[in-house]
Amino acid sequence: MNAPVILDRRHVLKGGGALIISFSLTRAFAQDQTVPAAAPPSPPGSLKNSPYLDSWIRIDADGVITVFTGKAELGQGFKTAFQQIAAEELNVPFASLKVVTADTKLTANEGYTSGSHSMQDSGTAIQNAAAQARELLLAEAAKRLDVSIDTLQSEDGVVIAPDGRRLSYGELVSGDMLHVQAQPSSKLKDPSTLKVMGQSIPRVDIPAKVTGGVAYVQDLRLSGMVHARVVRPPSYGAQLVDCDVAAIEKMPGVVKVVRDGNFLAVVAAKEFQAIKAMNALANAAKWQEVAQLPKLNDLPSVLTNLASQDSVIFQRSDPSVSGQRTIEATYTRPYQSHGSVGPSCAVAQLADGAMTVWSHTQGVYPDRQAIADMLRMPSASIRVIHVEGSGCYGHNGADDAAADAAMIARALPGVPVRVQWTREQEHAWEPYGPAMVTRLKASLDAAGKIADWNFEVFSNTHSMRPGGAGCLLAAQHMAQPVAVPPAKPIPLPEGGGDRNAIPIYTFPNAHVVHHFIPTMPIRISAMRALGAYHNVFSIESFMDELAALAGVDPVEFRLNHLDDPRGRDVIEKAAQGFGWRKGQAASDRGFGFAFARYKNLAAYCAIASEVEVNRETGRARLVRAVAAVDSGQVVNPDGLINQIEGAIIQSTSWTLYESVTFDATRITSIDWQTYPILRFDAVPESIEVHIINRPGKPFLGSGETGQGPAAASVANAIANATGIRLRDLPLTRKRIKDAIDS
Amino acid sequence: MTTLKVNGREHQVDAEPDTPLLYVLRDDLKLNAAKFGCGLGQCGACTVIVDGKAVLSCVTPLVLLEGKQVTTLEGLGTISEPAPIQRAFMEEQAAQCGYCIAGMMMRAQALLLRIPKPTDQQIRAELAPNLCRCGTHMRILRAVHRAARLMETAALSPAEKRSDK
Repeated sequence: MNAPVILDRRHVLKGGGALIISFSLTRAFAQDQTVPAAAPPSPPGSLKNSPYLDSWIRIDADGVITVFTGKAELGQGFKTAFQQIAAEELNVPFASLKVVTADTKLTANEGYTSGSHSMQDSGTAIQNAAAQARELLLAEAAKRLDVSIDTLQSEDGVVIAPDGRRLSYGELVSGDMLHVQAQPSSKLKDPSTLKVMGQSIPRVDIPAKVTGGVAYVQDLRLSGMVHARVVRPPSYGAQLVDCDVAAIEKMPGVVKVVRDGNFLAVVAAKEFQAIKAMNALANAAKWQEVAQLPKLNDLPSVLTNLASQDSVIFQRSDPSVSGQRTIEATYTRPYQSHGSVGPSCAVAQLADGAMTVWSHTQGVYPDRQAIADMLRMPSASIRVIHVEGSGCYGHNGADDAAADAAMIARALPGVPVRVQWTREQEHAWEPYGPAMVTRLKASLDAAGKIADWNFEVFSNTHSMRPGGAGCLLAAQHMAQPVAVPPAKPIPLPEGGGDRNAIPIYTFPNAHVVHHFIPTMPIRISAMRALGAYHNVFSIESFMDELAALAGVDPVEFRLNHLDDPRGRDVIEKAAQGFGWRKGQAASDRGFGFAFARYKNLAAYCAIASEVEVNRETGRARLVRAVAAVDSGQVVNPDGLINQIEGAIIQSTSWTLYESVTFDATRITSIDWQTYPILRFDAVPESIEVHIINRPGKPFLGSGETGQGPAAASVANAIANATGIRLRDLPLTRKRIKDAIDS
Repeated sequence: MTTLKVNGREHQVDAEPDTPLLYVLRDDLKLNAAKFGCGLGQCGACTVIVDGKAVLSCVTPLVLLEGKQVTTLEGLGTISEPAPIQRAFMEEQAAQCGYCIAGMMMRAQALLLRIPKPTDQQIRAELAPNLCRCGTHMRILRAVHRAARLMETAALSPAEKRSDK
């Protein structure tokens, strides 16, 4: 196929791309000749993989500054935070910058926006690139003004000499000045002098969102755009045996019916015409289904009986310490849904042989590769542009909708095609957060401290992201399907099913086993916090069980086993903010506490909760929560607080209400009636978030740090209120009521 | 053709009478604020105001709207001249992804038109049909209280505003 190439970022820079390319080739060639055997230290964050400064910062001759990130704004607010970081290190006003997010034509390849990595990877890259760009501008000014660089100041995008002579960044910048590789270290601002970082600057995306501006991929209206709907099979593995489309093609507004094997879609001029045609097409399609789903009410034993690859991921032995009192417990988690409020959507257009896809994917580059594989097009002929969608909280239908749009757009060359999934499609077809089982066993020594600790986790992988075309529904369903690739565990230290399985506490004897289950009875992938949600729920619930056995206060019990000083600080801060141990809960209420450091390497979070349990109905309600978080150097305090508040409410919803349901053949939780989530009547009276700022320390990812502690904190408060320990998620009204009654 | 009055202006709409208002707003009138969330009346993302009341536009057919006044978020204010409820949501930073927010604001606006100073319980009860998945609820509640205060101030005459300070 002689497909055209969509030019990459290097070709479209202002000021003569060809010249820049020739410089970079010369440099690369020179490096090949001279690079010594030992690799030099790599620059920090994503600069490691995309080292050129102009991959991150562009300064035009007119002084306009653009910041590039390969990460996707998903509603976390980091676009604003990145703008703060760049403004700070460049010494320019916040409002003078623009940030461009993930786009395969414009930005660096930063893989997926996941794992609370954005601040660490991209924020760090932008910080260092901006600081090094400023140094280059100062050096250029020193040369032109013939003064020492140390005498120069920079302010609001202008370099100022001691005698008052001024040169703007736009005057100083020249063609290839920023097309240099980053140095391993940068002259970052002294943390005590920060002016823009550390401020709660209002988010740049909110004004459009609250006034009806174009804010989401759903809002794109390209000239001549048509509306498509897919008709998905009724269940996993269903085969389309018959479908008479003649009547549907004659329906008002219908442009085309697209069929490729089990992939079925309809395109119409107007959106509601497409919906009517979709309904007619769904009625016309005859499917052969297979009853292959596991038994929902027996899920834990289904999982633990599947073949697994077992590995000991942590082992510590001190034969001099042995336990005296031993308890064990099993905790379970069901499949849970991302449940984006806006079902997935994408727009695609095939023009002159090149495909452009607008998607709320978390990974424009891997999604581009997967779509290229599916369409058998060179990836250079495909451009994927991230446009915000509804919050995703992990791998929802975004990539699949992008693939659907590309499939349909290929059948309608030149025409922009917008695909909008239905609520039922999002609920039935998204890849869920995996079900999990954990088995814990621990002993206390004579002094009431944990002598030995055993933890086993049974889980699928927690990422089936593309990856490869086989991860896309459209590619699985087309006439020549692409097989789903084999599942792989996500390696430690971050881990997938074993994320946060290794205890952060210090135990003299500890043994942690990861039972990785390759077979996936239900479609699953990454959901916010991955295995950490259930592992932290299990560990922190069991810590309370052990504290009760030892007769020690739960907060004190945790501190007795924790060496990490930053961990101790957040525990003490949350306890203090909550007023822990100051009085007892009212008779129908309980207090709960939990703590974790996400992945044992990202942000620290401790949460204290007060929960009310109605003993008549079994209904549990979070009344108030107090959190403390240490995310390293804080860039936007209000943004961080917003993330933690959201984590507490979302995790409380997962923990109290949520499980995917299915019969032998079909997913049956397909809307908000069959998959209820937390509503306003269950919103707590207050949530308080205390930040422990660490100026000058590395950014720690915090978007997912609250999920595990919030779950365990609520569960511990329910146990405190009722005297009953519930270990199977979700902790529904019925389960609580049954436990109280028995 | 159906005559539809949206944000104070009359539009001639060429759509089937059973077309839900949501698609008329988004597809025919090119308005962004009302969002598709479920099409089932379960989530509130599509909420608009019809004759002063919060209505789920995804399940309200065009045929029922002839002669009625439809208001969307775009009809309340603009980015440069935001309405009190829009200012309040900006000032409280009451959004994460923000997809549910337009619907939340319209339902809250309908409440404030009816009850200018609602209690916290009244706001929670009113907003119960609307889902937020990011967990922005605490900020949404604060923003509605703030909007009530801003609307009260806006309703005062200039002299009253001065003496209020």
